[in-house]
Amino acid sequence: MKVWLFHLAVLVVVGVLALTLPPYHANNLARVLVLAVFATGYNLAFGYTGMLSLGHALFFAAGMYAAALPATLWGVGALPALILGLLAGGLAALGVGLLALRTAGVSFMIVTLMFAQAGYLTVIYFNQTTGGDQGLVLQGGARRLIGLDMAQDGPRLWVAFALYAAGLAGALAIVRSRFGRVMLAMRENEERSRMLGYDPFRVKLAVLAVSGLYAGVAGAAYAVLFGYAGASFAGVQYSILPMLYSLMGGAGTVLGPLVGAAAMFWLIDIASGLTTAWLMLVGIVLVGLVLFAPKGLLGWIRERWMPWLP
Amino acid sequence: MKTTKNMLVTPSRRQVLTGIGAGLIAGSAGLVRPSWAQSAPLKLGFQLHATGIGASYGRWYQRTADAALKMINDAGGIAGRPVEIVYEDDGTDPKRGAEVVDKLTSQHGCDMIFGTLFSHVVMGSAPRAGELKVPYLVCSEGYHVASGALNRWTLQPGITDVRSQISSMAPWVAANLGKKVTMFYPDYAFGYDHRDFFKTAIEAQGGTMLAQIAIPPTETSFTRYFAQIPADTEVLYHVMVGPGVLTFVKELGEFYGSGAKPQLFGFVDSLEAVDTATPGLEFLEGSHFWEAHPRVKPADAGEHEAAYRAAVGVDDNGASVSDAKDVSTYSHMFSAWETLFFIKQAVEASGYAGPADRQKLVEAMEAISDLPYGIERPQGAMTFNGKTHQAFGTQSISQIQGGKLMRVHQTAMADGAYDDAVDYTAMSF
Amino acid sequence: MGFGPFLLLALMEGLVSAAVLALTAVGLSLVFGVMRVVNVAHGAFFMMGAVVAWFVAGHVPGPPVLGWIAALLAAPLVVGALAALVDVLVLKRLDYEPEAVIVATIGVLYMLEQTALLTFGPDARPVAAPFELRLQLPWFGYSGYKLFVVLAAAAVLAGVWALMQRSRFGLIMRATQVDRTTARAFGINVDRVYAGTFALGAGLAAVAAVLVVPISQVHYLMGGDPLLLAFITVIVGGLGSLRGTLMAALLIGLSDGVISMFWSPTLSKIIATLLVALVLVFRPQGLFGARA
Repeated sequence: MKVWLFHLAVLVVVGVLALTLPPYHANNLARVLVLAVFATGYNLAFGYTGMLSLGHALFFAAGMYAAALPATLWGVGALPALILGLLAGGLAALGVGLLALRTAGVSFMIVTLMFAQAGYLTVIYFNQTTGGDQGLVLQGGARRLIGLDMAQDGPRLWVAFALYAAGLAGALAIVRSRFGRVMLAMRENEERSRMLGYDPFRVKLAVLAVSGLYAGVAGAAYAVLFGYAGASFAGVQYSILPMLYSLMGGAGTVLGPLVGAAAMFWLIDIASGLTTAWLMLVGIVLVGLVLFAPKGLLGWIRERWMPWLP
Repeated sequence: MKTTKNMLVTPSRRQVLTGIGAGLIAGSAGLVRPSWAQSAPLKLGFQLHATGIGASYGRWYQRTADAALKMINDAGGIAGRPVEIVYEDDGTDPKRGAEVVDKLTSQHGCDMIFGTLFSHVVMGSAPRAGELKVPYLVCSEGYHVASGALNRWTLQPGITDVRSQISSMAPWVAANLGKKVTMFYPDYAFGYDHRDFFKTAIEAQGGTMLAQIAIPPTETSFTRYFAQIPADTEVLYHVMVGPGVLTFVKELGEFYGSGAKPQLFGFVDSLEAVDTATPGLEFLEGSHFWEAHPRVKPADAGEHEAAYRAAVGVDDNGASVSDAKDVSTYSHMFSAWETLFFIKQAVEASGYAGPADRQKLVEAMEAISDLPYGIERPQGAMTFNGKTHQAFGTQSISQIQGGKLMRVHQTAMADGAYDDAVDYTAMSF
Repeated sequence: MGFGPFLLLALMEGLVSAAVLALTAVGLSLVFGVMRVVNVAHGAFFMMGAVVAWFVAGHVPGPPVLGWIAALLAAPLVVGALAALVDVLVLKRLDYEPEAVIVATIGVLYMLEQTALLTFGPDARPVAAPFELRLQLPWFGYSGYKLFVVLAAAAVLAGVWALMQRSRFGLIMRATQVDRTTARAFGINVDRVYAGTFALGAGLAAVAAVLVVPISQVHYLMGGDPLLLAFITVIVGGLGSLRGTLMAALLIGLSDGVISMFWSPTLSKIIATLLVALVLVFRPQGLFGARA
């Protein structure tokens, strides 16, 4: 109970921020929330189940294009587009998982990376439809979600907030359930879990598929909320980002991805205002973080003060 | 007898005259200064590719914009207001580009934004500019604006788009180089425009496109693709961009050697910021390139060319005056200069006073059509199509002679004309 | 061009590809094999080697071959020293924990790239090959230097093999690879071995860069692709196996060349990428790795 109340309180804080931040930062918060949904799903696979995937850009892009293509080609509305994106991400993850989960560790990392690279090249190959790296702009009806216009800052922020809240609740429910404990068992010692009767393949496939659902809906949301879909979102950078957010915020925590996404975003924003070599500053912070807070920000907090944080 | 005069009470005539003179001068200075000191500066946001794959261009765009800014401010600013440019780095990334549009508008309070080059960044950022209702003037040469893919807030007044550029090349290529063409193009937006528009244009000249070979963006070695060039190719049309171009040319040279080879035709985009005399590029000697603004100052250059080069710090070979090895992106950077002067013209014509007048400003821009040659338009005269939000000018074709690009042909405006694909003025803001 | 010459060209290109892959991957193979960590900055070390090569070649007067030899000596030393520093200051303190090393080396990657951007600049620059030689075959011409790269790659790999199998340092490295704790018990200074291995891995990347750069060019973002390819090569070959790395490089390089004969470039890349994935799916330990 305490755990749910705590997370509700965090959501309330985010809500207050949504209401009080100046327009520039409020809109950035919308972006951070969507990316945090992506990272939260990734974290279920990575932080809790120990799967180091570099292929999640494929699931994100699958969701993004599953929303953007029907919207631009056939005038499909925003809500069906989001649902299509959710399903596309999950299906892509399921498909990749069936093959990739025959491997583990670094081989798994490379296999997922290869599938993601193939996905990126496929988007480019079919550039007549997808717009390739130049991408597609979503307009009009595609950005009207249940009557709310996503081109307006206010509705967009609340939709992003609602999406994150739903994702958070889902992740929390999974992590706190019996299945969540099995996930942790897989991460800690796969062989022993197998001996106890749990099928690692099935468990990992399920988690990967769920993380794919998260990635897909986040990709679709990005397209619908911000009006653009492009091949750059299928690139390896978008496989590294959710991992970075999770590690920075705390890989084994549910809120870690949000903290990491926010921290990285504002770090880059502030640094780019100071110098054109802002990526250097980001690099220094990453190294510093990993030296002094290797479990991520929330992981460090949990160790010291809040051992009950999931 | 009292002879001392009390100077304070009865000032001498000289003192009075001096006092009046001083007062007048102080008063007249006061007449001039308040209108400068009291007007808030006009803040222009610049979406700069300071890092990422566009960084080579970004540097020169910044230098050119700063030079134009200095010239404008020295002459009294825009509508009597001093002008400021606020630069933000978009990393040549569409996601960051949209965030930068936000940052410049909402956080820095810029009146409008300009400067973007790479088309995927334009596509990613334009929707946000449309939502924020801020004028977004791109310096991209992409066909995205005139194709109707964007919104009424996006304009491209400083540089001709690729569709027009490419179409205008076909007549000369067909007449001088050959009619059977094989094309190498990069498998992304810039390449697709060439793939689509040059095919149409050369076929209109009675030519044929024998083969079109799309090279993926991450490719580093090209030799194996050369084997796919059909044997009866007369013209090899190449528009590879990015760091791999040097390898592309080197390998092409190794493949053909000094034996029989097709005529080459390329776009200087392949060689922007690269010295044409670089070892390894010998194979390009004698071949032809599109240029928008000839890098090497032609003998018949316009009267304003020298002043422009001096202002941006470029010598007669197109390199930096302080470092002859630092070659500029001469066929693209003029867009930043010309866009700034276009902004000046539109602000002064519309009576723009602040962000509430942004719509009025865009409408004033749409009303502009003639952009004659002058220091504001060093690349050459242009016409602006208010309906498609696109400017059109003339193009040049140059040949590498002795390692230097020398202009051999200048197109006519009509060579690059095409039917309007969109009418933004009929759209709502 | 007839099918025969076409195939010959594809195979020659494939061989050069394989050589380049092997060169960039061998350093990573060592680091991965001995230290079991993922060095995301490996491509950045490669790029730094290229930058040093450009700098040295530009400052050494005389024929290009002198500059090239100077670069071949200077680049691995400079980059190796840099890597040793990174190991001692950062990686050691992380106790070589895999995830932490990934994040840390991403940070190092950003720092190295930005440093290159600030000093070398954003433009791509060529480096002259030590000699210009063009082979003229009846159907096409080919660069003699490229074939030299193939020989050089073989020499470097042979040298690394000799180091690993015949030298004392190699013996110590292999011992540490097999069992770190036991090695320590035998009095081996594992920290120093790791620093040395990391430096050697980066140094080999720099050597690869010096050899490869005359057939491509120097650019501050050039490390991305070699990093990816090096990883694929090492893992497909099998962790800890130099022979595997070589075999994988040959397989990937040659097949890439031949596949691209039949399909469009992008489609060929898609097929090649999926093939790599499938090799690993059906043989997760790689071609020569030990089954876990």
